[in-house]
Amino acid sequence: MSHTILVWSLTYAQLALALATCLADIRILKGPRAQDRVLALDTLYIAVMLLFLVTGMRLGSIFLFEAAMVIAVMGFVASIALAKFLFRGEVIE
Amino acid sequence: MSGLETVPLWLSIPIALFVILGSNLTLIGAWGFLRLSSFYDRLHAPTLATSWGTGGVTIASALLASWLQDRSILHELIIGFAVIVTVPVTLMLLARASLHRDRMERAAHLPPELLLMHPSLERPSEVAASGLVE
Repeated sequence: MSHTILVWSLTYAQLALALATCLADIRILKGPRAQDRVLALDTLYIAVMLLFLVTGMRLGSIFLFEAAMVIAVMGFVASIALAKFLFRGEVIE
Repeated sequence: MSGLETVPLWLSIPIALFVILGSNLTLIGAWGFLRLSSFYDRLHAPTLATSWGTGGVTIASALLASWLQDRSILHELIIGFAVIVTVPVTLMLLARASLHRDRMERAAHLPPELLLMHPSLERPSEVAASGLVE
């Protein structure tokens, strides 16, 4: 019983997060401006990080968890650098 | 195979609830991010994913990991802390960058009081070049 509950809820979460990734991808393709694409990339980072976490829960593996932690930290740096680039036209002044 | 069979019922129900809550909120955030029309509206949609979306999934992962591996839940709290603290900084910076770009282009959809930058923030050459003052 509890195994069924866990497997179904984790499968549903994987499907929902995969769909969220697809929606963020559509926004990256549509645009219309650069800041939309940067924000879509940030959303994509978060959704993929959560997808890694859920998959790691399902497989019982800690390696996916480490990858999610790296994504959580690196996504912040990437988004900040891109926003800074949009602001000034250069990343390091 | 992965140890999911050993989880008791009283623990599997909150894990399932938190996982479904987090993934649903992330999906709603992404859907709203695709649907809303203006960038300043769209800026609000992904915060669903970064507040309770991340919170739900990390709480569920911490519960499951502390049952399966007797591991401390501090690792999940690091992820939650990193996302919840850093994403508002990103969004604030992105909103200011977008406002800056719209002002430089004199975008038509900005309200008129937002088109004028505060005098102390604008460099004199840019003020002269944009023609905002005579």
